[in-house]
Amino acid sequence: MSRSLKKGPFVSPKLMKKVEKLNATKARQVIRTWSRASTIFPQMVGHTIAVYDGRRHIPIYITENMVGHKLGEFAPTRMFRGHVSKTEKKGKGRR
Amino acid sequence: MARIAGVDVPRNKRVEISLTYIYGIGKNASQNILASANIDPNTRVQDLSEAEVGRLRQVIDENYTVEGDLRREVAMNIKRLTEIGCYRGLRHRRHLPVHGQRTKTNARTRKGPKKTVAGRGRRKGK
Repeated sequence: MSRSLKKGPFVSPKLMKKVEKLNATKARQVIRTWSRASTIFPQMVGHTIAVYDGRRHIPIYITENMVGHKLGEFAPTRMFRGHVSKTEKKGKGRR
Repeated sequence: MARIAGVDVPRNKRVEISLTYIYGIGKNASQNILASANIDPNTRVQDLSEAEVGRLRQVIDENYTVEGDLRREVAMNIKRLTEIGCYRGLRHRRHLPVHGQRTKTNARTRKGPKKTVAGRGRRKGK
């Protein structure tokens, strides 16, 4: 179910405060955040935001196209490195 | 006759059905079009008068994105997703299901025909 329009899109207030502060001082600085659920706002365009993926903060440069998406969409949480090969499997197999 | 919105030429079927041969028009859209053009959905395409066909063309041109334009729009949307590197874009790049379906089994539409992997099977018995 989508979010109620009455509430408007969600952004973590802390994150928004940091963005506004950077905008006011014209500073360019990477913002670290854990808030993957925050929507990307037009104010954030041009900033680099480091989004937590469960292990590291992945720096993401926000472009205009990204507005309306969530921060988490740009920092994948799963890394698939392929399946274990057969020879390796024998060592730690069932028996 | 029966050349509506580009190249499509469905004949000797009921208009309601024939229109759905156009990319971007399903049965529902087809019915709406016929209603606003004031044409009985049950008439065959070959029995339509030139004026009626003209009206159909006009309604479709004015209100619907169809065929090439629609295909381009869809392709552009996907391209945007892949370019900004979001999760949905990554799924498109890898030809995997985009809407969170399971991929352990099934997902054959996106993944294509099964590739047999050696050493699978004989798993359930343990």
